[in-house]
Amino acid sequence: MAAPLQRRSLLGEGILLVVICAFCVFPFYWMVTTSLKTQVVALQSPPAWIFSPTLANYWEVLFEDKVGVSLLNSIIVATATTSLAVLLGCPAAYALARFEFRGKTDLWFWFITNRFVSPVVLAFPVFLISRDLGIRDTHLALILMYLTFTLPIVIWICTDQFRSIPHELDEAAMLEGASQWRIFRSICLPLAMPGVAVSSILSFIFSWNELLFAYILAPKVAKTAPAMAVTFMEGYDVPYGKIMATSTLIVIPVLIFALLASKHLVRGLTMGAVK
Amino acid sequence: MTTRVSRATLGAFLGPAVAALVIVGIAPLLFALWKSFHYFNLTKLAQQRFVGLENYAAVLTDTVFWQAMGRTALLFVMSVPVQIIFGLSIALVLHRPGLTLFKTLARLSLVLPMATTYAVVGLLAQVMLNQKYGVINQMLGWLGVDPINFIGDPTNAFLAVVIWDIWQWTPFVALVLLAGLSTVPPEIEEAAKLETKSNWVVLRHVQLPYLIPSLVAVLILRTADTLKLFDMPFTMTRGGPGSATEFIAVLIERVGNRQFDIGMAAAQSIIMLALTIVLARLYIRFFYREVR
Repeated sequence: MAAPLQRRSLLGEGILLVVICAFCVFPFYWMVTTSLKTQVVALQSPPAWIFSPTLANYWEVLFEDKVGVSLLNSIIVATATTSLAVLLGCPAAYALARFEFRGKTDLWFWFITNRFVSPVVLAFPVFLISRDLGIRDTHLALILMYLTFTLPIVIWICTDQFRSIPHELDEAAMLEGASQWRIFRSICLPLAMPGVAVSSILSFIFSWNELLFAYILAPKVAKTAPAMAVTFMEGYDVPYGKIMATSTLIVIPVLIFALLASKHLVRGLTMGAVK
Repeated sequence: MTTRVSRATLGAFLGPAVAALVIVGIAPLLFALWKSFHYFNLTKLAQQRFVGLENYAAVLTDTVFWQAMGRTALLFVMSVPVQIIFGLSIALVLHRPGLTLFKTLARLSLVLPMATTYAVVGLLAQVMLNQKYGVINQMLGWLGVDPINFIGDPTNAFLAVVIWDIWQWTPFVALVLLAGLSTVPPEIEEAAKLETKSNWVVLRHVQLPYLIPSLVAVLILRTADTLKLFDMPFTMTRGGPGSATEFIAVLIERVGNRQFDIGMAAAQSIIMLALTIVLARLYIRFFYREVR
């Protein structure tokens, strides 16, 4: 009696899981298939599920519409800001994990608080400042602004990682006469590599996805891919296939990264409140 | 165990990170604060002048501002409870033993919506919700529902943003609550399951106390993210039709970037920032009580 009942509940559970997967994945399926449609097929009513796919949209957006350039801009900005965040964040995280000093908790809170500040609060002052400094519409302006959310991520995750490294290692090295910097560089940093890797992936994802700073600070030359996708919406004849091809090009790399770091994504998003 | 070090060492380790965040975070804020006391419109630069609290008075008595705030609050009230109910249900299913392969697949697909570029989420909505060509209306048609003008009608556009927000963030809530469920000691959970057959009793009396921190985290983070919400409504509706989906961040962008009224946008931003700081304080008090 018990066995069939259990089997039935397992079947129900299986169906439920398939429905959950379908809900999450279907928009991506529709995005990719729409990107393979010509404008005529994309504007077919009712929508076509079966059609002969074409790569024309990809060809057009990559080589005629500067989406290729904007993807390159995105890669440059996301890579540079991630490197800079790791470079600045790791020593700071080490200090927060290992050293004792006044105001440490406050400093740590301040780093974390940046998680909450909306880009729209910073965007206009930075728009004016960067114009005066002559760095508007450059990669540099975006790279610097992206530190406001990448640096807190790196500091949070790496502080946690450094704390988990046994203190005895430091003490042994200290007895040998190693400087703090040397202990950090040669002993702790190599052991903290998993944390550095995870925080790098998360920083990259967040920088890659950013729209508001990019839209306001980099209107032409340094335009990133999400901002480029937005410009397709302007005008009357909305090119659905091209928008979805651009979206696919933007989303695929970041989804691969997200799946690689899926275990840590929630921690990154919640700033470690839930482990 | 922590080490005392000299000021110089401390400065060398922490200085660069602190300096960077002061330059890119604090300096623009102070600049915004200063500009918020000015009449400052990019198209009328000659008229720039100090006006004291005039911008704040204007913002606080501006119905457009309060309507945008109201819409932001309404979005939160409409979508977050649904996200919590759906998210909790999904987390409970994933938490049960068995069907490991399916559950791993489900967990991985939950990662997709919340990692997707937010701008693309809005663009996807445009394509899928279109009245004529949209696949959602086609599917509703299979169920016998007449095509709905999602984006063009004010009420429907707002509902579309709510639904899309639920789609994107339910997975996040599910994964956070799943992490919360894993903090319940297994022996307590098993003992409770021997005592009662009711899943509800187990949830209410055994699992829920352990879920409280996760639920508070979800509430505070979703509030902060709803206040910040810009990309999705911007790419989906540009705040329209009319101002039906003009949330607070979308409004500030319009005032600053399309009306060029920087002084006003700055005052709005500072008010929003004050709200954000209160939230951040709450969050920190809840989760980081002990001095680390």
